[in-house]
Amino acid sequence: MGSINLVGVSKSFGDVLVIPSVDLEVNEGEFVVFVGPSGSGKSTLLRLIAGLEEVSKGRIEFNGQDMTNLAPAKRGLAMVFQSYALYPHMSVRENIGFPLKMAGMPKSEIAAKVQEAAKILNLSEYLERKPRQLSGGQRQRVAIGRAIVRQPKAFLFDEPLSNLDAALRINMRLEIMELHQQLKTTMIYVTHDQVEAMTMADKIVVLDHGNIEQVGSPLDLYRAPDNLFVAGFIGAPKMNFLTGGEASRHNATTIGVRPEHVQISKSSGLWTGKVGVSEHLGSDTFLHVNVEGQQAPLTVRTDGEVQLNYGETIYLSPEEDKVHKFDNNGKAIR
Amino acid sequence: MKSNRVLLSILGWVIGFIIFFPILWMVMASLKTEIEAVATPPSFFFIPTLENYFVVQNRSDYLNYAWNSIVISVFATLLAILIAVPASYSFAFRPTKRTKFKLVWILSTKMMPPVGVLIPMYLFYKNMGLLDTHLGLILIYTLMNLPIVIWVLYTYFKDIPQEILEAAQMECDDLLKIFLYILLPLSKSAIFSTSLLSIVLIWNESFWSLNLTAFEAAPLTAFISSYSSPEGLFWAKLSAASTLAILPIMFLGWVTQKQMVKGLTLGAVK
Repeated sequence: MGSINLVGVSKSFGDVLVIPSVDLEVNEGEFVVFVGPSGSGKSTLLRLIAGLEEVSKGRIEFNGQDMTNLAPAKRGLAMVFQSYALYPHMSVRENIGFPLKMAGMPKSEIAAKVQEAAKILNLSEYLERKPRQLSGGQRQRVAIGRAIVRQPKAFLFDEPLSNLDAALRINMRLEIMELHQQLKTTMIYVTHDQVEAMTMADKIVVLDHGNIEQVGSPLDLYRAPDNLFVAGFIGAPKMNFLTGGEASRHNATTIGVRPEHVQISKSSGLWTGKVGVSEHLGSDTFLHVNVEGQQAPLTVRTDGEVQLNYGETIYLSPEEDKVHKFDNNGKAIR
Repeated sequence: MKSNRVLLSILGWVIGFIIFFPILWMVMASLKTEIEAVATPPSFFFIPTLENYFVVQNRSDYLNYAWNSIVISVFATLLAILIAVPASYSFAFRPTKRTKFKLVWILSTKMMPPVGVLIPMYLFYKNMGLLDTHLGLILIYTLMNLPIVIWVLYTYFKDIPQEILEAAQMECDDLLKIFLYILLPLSKSAIFSTSLLSIVLIWNESFWSLNLTAFEAAPLTAFISSYSSPEGLFWAKLSAASTLAILPIMFLGWVTQKQMVKGLTLGAVK
């Protein structure tokens, strides 16, 4: 079991500074998600923790012990890769048992542990198959099995679900959460998908250009984003941003309103707009409304049954207590 | 479409025949008498005789040369592979800023005509007592083939997903174990076909073998050339000697065809 501490960790590749300086605390048993757009340094950060990249400056501590320069295998962490990284020449049984074999565990013990992991992951029938004979979801489960058997201090997941189709992704998401509930082991999970971050995390770390923009629980980030980047990144559909007169009315440079915090009316409201494209999801409808005086159309989340025609005039009013205000540096005003 | 295919396969056969013709001609000449062998116009129909083969075997010890060829090509290849595998590994998986340059530099040594260094090499070998020894030829062939072996293995290693090795690195601290359990099983077919390629190249090399050996360590290429001697050219016997010389390697090539093609096209066909 383990807590992980990053102290002033920075990383450059040659002259390129990828991660300027990161301080982060991951508590024991926590499910932490690193989220950010591509190039935000989230995978690099995970690889630094794994030991697959060398830290340029700073310290990585495990339960208070410095392990900055420890070889990856000695850190007691297990990693699940995006491409699964199964050994193609080994059967499922050998793949899952490999880390134990490398650790010098007796054969009978390995067999028992592999059986146990296979049972948890519903892989018992496939133990003799080669990776290429498995579906994407099964391969992912083998990769997770290979991680579980080691009883690591922490699991590291590097975008593990990106190669799966949408339905399977939701399934695996639940399975990983279930696993976390059972094992109570620290997990660090990297994704670019904010929905994965919101649904899975105890704690989300939002990264951009190698900097931590905000750390907090999913609802903290949703309710009180620290800056424009986090506000725009967390939540789907994206938060609407307004500038100009509307913003100065709130003594801010920019204000943000989430699509679900805008009320629509056919008769009166604060803003007047024309309905653009509507997306009907059944349970909800996303309206894209062109509001007078604003360049980008506003997204409004409304009832699934709402029927409005393209070009129709409607009125919008934000829920005033849910308006987010930002200064000219993009920082939240509270 | 269909006629196109017929044309293509005719073309294929024609090209195949043109490539094969010298070998066919050589085998035919080896079965003729000396007089028939030099006849103009050449005779296509003749009574085959194995006489040349007996003469050749009686005059020189074929097996001695064949044994030398086998020893030299196998050991030089083993040595080249032993050096090239770790070299290619570090080029492929631990690249630095200068990796590209080093690879090109390694290859550039192949561009120099060997005769350019013949005299220093000869003197060096003489002083070191390496002339006409197995070890001498093994060393020079190892050096000769290293660039090619490194390049072919490098190209192959580069195609192995980095994440597989990283996964292994997470689970095992011992590089040798990672190599034995992961890298070697994954690349054994590449190593095998590269070895075949190297053996063939060594088997057919004549410049160094002719210049650095006399009899003790002389391989089959020296055996062939001993039949174009001051006494004159004996086409039929020369052909018989050549046929004997290429027989083992032809056989090896035949049984390992698939591997060989795979080795030659490594990295080229994804």
